[in-house]
Amino acid sequence: MIEIILMLSLGFLALSMMATIFRLVIGPTTPDRVQALDILGINLISAVAILSVLLKTHAFMEVILLIGILSFIGTIAFARFMERGVVIERRRHK
Amino acid sequence: MSLLHLAIISPFLLAILVPIAYKLFRQIHTGWFVLPLPILLFSYFISYLSITSDQQSVTESFSWIPALGIDFTAKVDGLGLLFALLITGIGSLVVLYSIYYLDKNKEKLNTFYVYLLLFMGAMLGVVLSDNLIVLYTFWEFTSFSSFLLIGYWYHREKSRYGAQKSMIITVFGGLSMLGGIILLYLMTGTFSISEIIAGSDEIFSHSLFVPALLCFLLGAFTKSAQFPFHIWLPDAMEAPTPVSAYLHSATMVKAGIYLVARMSPVFAEHSLWLWLIAGFGITTLFWGSFSAVKQTDLKAILAFSTVSQLGMIMSLLGIGAAALHFETVEDSYFTVATTAAVFHLINHATFKGSLFMVAGIVDHETGTRDIRKLGGLMNFMPITFTLAIIGTFSMAGLPPFNGFLSKEMFFTGMVRVLEMDIFNLDTWGLLFPVFAWVASVFTFIYSMVLVFRTFTGKFQPEQLEKKPHEAPFGMLISPIILASLVIIIGFFPNIISNTLISPAQAAIMPVEGYKYDTHIYFWHGFTPELFMTLGVITLGVLLFISLPKWRRVYDLFPEKLALNRFYDSGLSGIQRGAYRFTKWYMNGSIRNYLVYIFTFFIITLLSVLFMKDAFKFDASNVSAIRFSEIVLALVIGVGSITILFVKSRLTSIILLGAVGYTVALFFVIFRAPDLALTQLVIETISVALFLLCFYHLPQIKDEERMPFKATNAVISIGVGLVVTLIAFSAYSNKSPNSIAQYYIENTYEKAAGKNMVNVILVDFRGFDTMFEITVLAIAALGIFGMIKLRLGGGKKNENK
Repeated sequence: MIEIILMLSLGFLALSMMATIFRLVIGPTTPDRVQALDILGINLISAVAILSVLLKTHAFMEVILLIGILSFIGTIAFARFMERGVVIERRRHK
Repeated sequence: MSLLHLAIISPFLLAILVPIAYKLFRQIHTGWFVLPLPILLFSYFISYLSITSDQQSVTESFSWIPALGIDFTAKVDGLGLLFALLITGIGSLVVLYSIYYLDKNKEKLNTFYVYLLLFMGAMLGVVLSDNLIVLYTFWEFTSFSSFLLIGYWYHREKSRYGAQKSMIITVFGGLSMLGGIILLYLMTGTFSISEIIAGSDEIFSHSLFVPALLCFLLGAFTKSAQFPFHIWLPDAMEAPTPVSAYLHSATMVKAGIYLVARMSPVFAEHSLWLWLIAGFGITTLFWGSFSAVKQTDLKAILAFSTVSQLGMIMSLLGIGAAALHFETVEDSYFTVATTAAVFHLINHATFKGSLFMVAGIVDHETGTRDIRKLGGLMNFMPITFTLAIIGTFSMAGLPPFNGFLSKEMFFTGMVRVLEMDIFNLDTWGLLFPVFAWVASVFTFIYSMVLVFRTFTGKFQPEQLEKKPHEAPFGMLISPIILASLVIIIGFFPNIISNTLISPAQAAIMPVEGYKYDTHIYFWHGFTPELFMTLGVITLGVLLFISLPKWRRVYDLFPEKLALNRFYDSGLSGIQRGAYRFTKWYMNGSIRNYLVYIFTFFIITLLSVLFMKDAFKFDASNVSAIRFSEIVLALVIGVGSITILFVKSRLTSIILLGAVGYTVALFFVIFRAPDLALTQLVIETISVALFLLCFYHLPQIKDEERMPFKATNAVISIGVGLVVTLIAFSAYSNKSPNSIAQYYIENTYEKAAGKNMVNVILVDFRGFDTMFEITVLAIAALGIFGMIKLRLGGGKKNENK
């Protein structure tokens, strides 16, 4: 029973990811795409979690954490880039 | 190492000492230090005469590379000794002559004598080696030292041109000879000439026999300036005259003759050998003597005359080979040709050496070698004139000089061709004596031009740079000795007949238990040869007198047909062609190179796949496909294909990131947590780096989609297809055995770890990891270096 539910949620996640990728490809503006990428990351987290349950392993817990961090850092970096043109600012106090 | 080996390499050893002597004793002409060696060697080789006169030989072996069958085996037999005596004898005379010819203050004598000694040693090595590889080594040494000697006055353009030309042609022949040597080795399994000759009957029907024969002949013809490779010899006349006298008349150009004579016992059974040598020899003889008449430079006349005389010796060797081909040697019907060849070889070395020295004296004392400016020197230089008379009359084949005897024998040999009983010789064989006779007429004419245009006629002091006078006595010694030899051999030919000629013949045509016995007579009776000589003299005199009237015949031959033009345009044509070809395919565009690489990849792999019938599709090992895999594959597929078609670069970077993350997801569902972790981090960093690059790209106004190119599409589809096909075939052929089981069993047992991937990375196969770390370190240092190190105009591109 639980397996069917898990598969079903995985299927929904897949649909969601397809939709996100559609936005990623079509997305009229760059922020649209960045947003899509962020959603994709979160979808990935859920997908990996469900997969871990399905595969009956806890080897992928680190992956979940890592995606969370990376997705966050990536989105922030993109945001900074679009706003200021650079990701890491140089200090010029001289 | 025996004394004989020491004798061969002694010139090389002395060559090391010459520069030291030159620096230490500036007051003494360096030539005096060199002179004793050839004299010593000459007397040493004289001592072998008693052995070779019995038609025996001496072999001394010295191990060099025994594992490859290459030993420095020195063998002294009749032929080798004859050449060794020529080399050391004329070598001594040339060194003596050069002492007076070259000024010790104006010329760089150290280099001159080093080159000359290198050449002398190399030449001795060529004629006394019994091992073909050693012979080849010395052979190339002669080409190389000849190159250095021709370019001795390297500041002159023409010297450099002549040196380069002779190098290209002789090394071309030398390499082809090396090919012949290797073919012979493949047939016989030995490099030793004696052993090859002993087993020559077996290789006669071998399929490599004819290629080996042709390779050897090419080597011999280029070295001995045979038609059409004779073109380097006239240009080699830019060398100092002692060099021309030594290398380009007496020794090096006879290395090809030596090779033909030496290899005769191996190849002469085959009719191709006989006809090629005789045919090319007679052509060279005719063309050389014909061309010599039109030259106006003394040394050019002598150069073409050398070409023609070498052709004559070559053709005689060819006809002499008929003795081995058609009959037994004992009948000695055709062997007279070989006798004549050896005899003329000696004669030519004597008179041509002296003539070159005479030309050198004339040049030295008047400042020119142009016969149009010379004339009437007889009264100023009586001794030189006498020497010239002796040399040229011998060259023309007049009695009582030695040239007369060898020319008579030459005619005898040529007339006997008529009686060779093969393919319709009633017509073709007749060409040999006719060509020989016509060429002799021309020989007579240019000989007369040489002596009478220079020494008689009108004296033109206004044309000369110096006031002419007789040469110093030291310069005259060498030509006087050579001219005396011309006369002595002319009057008493039999002093060399059984000491030098017969042993040489025994080496050229060895017959078990047969001893050659040569006798040379002045008077044969009223034979066709005598009438031919009389005809040569009569017609020659008439043509010489009327030369100004028919000289214009030479204008009929346009410059364009000359072989030199062919060589020059061929050489520059090759250069231009190679340049154009390189420019055509190396056009600097990376896209083009990638097209070559990928096309090659597709063609080779596909053709191998189909030729070997290697394509195989076997689904029995394939596991079931899950729904999640299909979805992920679709995501990756759509993402990758979209990258190709999007307009904006930023979009393609983001898409690439998406693809990378999906790959990480693949790692998840294929149960590779470590890979997934790494893939995620690395993908993020790469995307960030791509964005960095993107930001620094120059502003492009309208970002356009990548233009579509049909070749690109075809090639990329082809590559994908090929790789897919190979992957299918490889998987279908996969061996069921894997070493994975070992790791599964031993990860904890032996390596104390539970994470198998990590244990493999740092324990079972830690070396790979170490060098991957190195790669990362190098990459990091490289990036740091590229950013920090700005040499030269880097400032301009500094960021704002």
